Amino acid sequence: MPTASETTETTKTASARSSRNRKGGAPPTRGVERGRRRPEFTARRGFLIAAFMAPAAIFVAVFTYYPMIAGSQMAFRHWNLTDLSDTSWVGLKNFRDVFADPAWGTVLGNTAVWVFGSIVPQLVIGFALALWLRRKFRFRGLYQALVFFPWAISGFLIGILFRWLFNSEFGVVNDLLQKAGLIDEPVAWLADPKTAMFAVVVANVWYGVTFFTIMILAALQSIPEELYEAAALDGAGKARTLFQITIPYIRITLALTVLLRVIWIFNFPDLIFGMTGGGPNNETHIVTTWMIKITQQGDYGRASALGLIVVATLLVFAVFFLLATREKRVDKREVKP
Amino acid sequence: MIGKESTAGRATKFTFLGLWLVFTVFPLYWITITSLKAPGDIFAFPIAYWPEHFSLENYSGLFGKADFGVYLTNSLLVATVAGAVATVISMLSAYVLARFEFRTKSALLMAALVTQMIPTFIALGPLYLLMTDLKLVDNRLGLILVYIAVCIPFCTVMLRGFFENIPDALEEAAMIDGLSRFGALFRVLLPVMRPGIVAAFIFNFVNCWNELFLSVTLMNSDSNKTVPTALNGFISSFNIDWGSMSAAAVLTILPTMVLFAFASRHIVQGLTAGAVKG
Repeated sequence: MPTASETTETTKTASARSSRNRKGGAPPTRGVERGRRRPEFTARRGFLIAAFMAPAAIFVAVFTYYPMIAGSQMAFRHWNLTDLSDTSWVGLKNFRDVFADPAWGTVLGNTAVWVFGSIVPQLVIGFALALWLRRKFRFRGLYQALVFFPWAISGFLIGILFRWLFNSEFGVVNDLLQKAGLIDEPVAWLADPKTAMFAVVVANVWYGVTFFTIMILAALQSIPEELYEAAALDGAGKARTLFQITIPYIRITLALTVLLRVIWIFNFPDLIFGMTGGGPNNETHIVTTWMIKITQQGDYGRASALGLIVVATLLVFAVFFLLATREKRVDKREVKP
Repeated sequence: MIGKESTAGRATKFTFLGLWLVFTVFPLYWITITSLKAPGDIFAFPIAYWPEHFSLENYSGLFGKADFGVYLTNSLLVATVAGAVATVISMLSAYVLARFEFRTKSALLMAALVTQMIPTFIALGPLYLLMTDLKLVDNRLGLILVYIAVCIPFCTVMLRGFFENIPDALEEAAMIDGLSRFGALFRVLLPVMRPGIVAAFIFNFVNCWNELFLSVTLMNSDSNKTVPTALNGFISSFNIDWGSMSAAAVLTILPTMVLFAFASRHIVQGLTAGAVKG
């Protein structure tokens, strides 16, 4: 009969197996022989690598990296469409202007609400759906196709859909809530600063749950059935099985999915742009929609400074996040060549 | 959890799954119903959840007043070509990144990740100037080139995941049998990869089909606009005409819905293969 320590042992091996490394101490899985393959003639090999990488590298360098780098240096210049005769270097002035803007505090607060208010429900609902979708039932395939669908719609269009749903006069949300007796008067969802942020977050949750469900479901399917059998023999309850087997086993996927989603949601102005355009009175602006607004005003220098602030924030976040979850990835690092 | 399910557990599960299904489908149902009402009925009280009279007036208006057919054609062309070219290019880079070890490999993967962190808007100004120099502003070829570059990083990461799921032994056997590396790649590996390639293409297509900001920046004339740009035009006007807007929204969603229904299983595989190993 497996003891608790044996169960932990299995979990460890299993997480090593699920890591990306294929050379080190992980048990033999697909591709483990890769390191041992006889090297091809080096010059030819180098040529092949270069030739295959070249098209992708050229496209991304010319149309993505060049404009990004050129755009970044605008952050340190006076670069305004209203006066292009003067594009002199101004040091950190654009950054100071960003921070000195009275709306900046609101924008930052909204960004925090937007990111955390969206990610937490997405994670919880996405996880629950994945657990429930794990066991086959009739029409599961159809169910998945239907609930996964929002993912294929553009953020901008989702903003428009929910703008119509939350319409204060003819919106169906007010109608349903009134029919249910939850509100007496129609609520001006998108015109009231107190409710507008809530409404855009609802739309984002609608959109983003899918991604968590897909990723978590795939990870769940990699957990060996024996672990659950062992846990059941040990008399572990549902909650204990969840917290001591399921979650530890898929923690790498969970961590990476949260990381990716935070980056994307932070950098996702489309939905708000379509739904409220940042209004009412800047109350739903997040950093990236604020950047759109400033670009539209022609102040490319300041918009670019905002962009660099976004990149810096996300890089710092990514590094901290990876460090905080490092213990879980250590098996991969140790054996890195 | 896997294990025995109690009746109460099953009841909870299906209640929640049902509620989530309603929550997910309702907005789509609602925009479709709105688009099928006569323009006057959209703003009638009480709100009708199932219209008494169905009408295609909103749709005919789109093709009459606005050049919606032109926008749809443009979007279809741009998304198909850019999606296909990006898939082919990414196949090559993904193959190399999956099968070879070399010094700049992790730097290249990092460079792909960084593209996801940088807001589009930081690049818009210089990109516009670059495209002006290349005489590619307001030009569908120009938009296609930019979209190819946008698709490549994620598509490469995704396809790399698929390549890594295929054992090396398959190619090695083919090479021992006398095929060259290219022969092994094209005749043995790619056929096995077909689901992954389809998923990658659909992923690219949907991304290009949905893209708004680059298209708004680069396409000025009406005959070159893509669908999202046209939708953006609908909301720029002071009052939104919800009749046209809902019909346009349905027409925009429909193609992606068809593709998605056709390949959702492969996309799910592709997304997880790519992103987990990213």
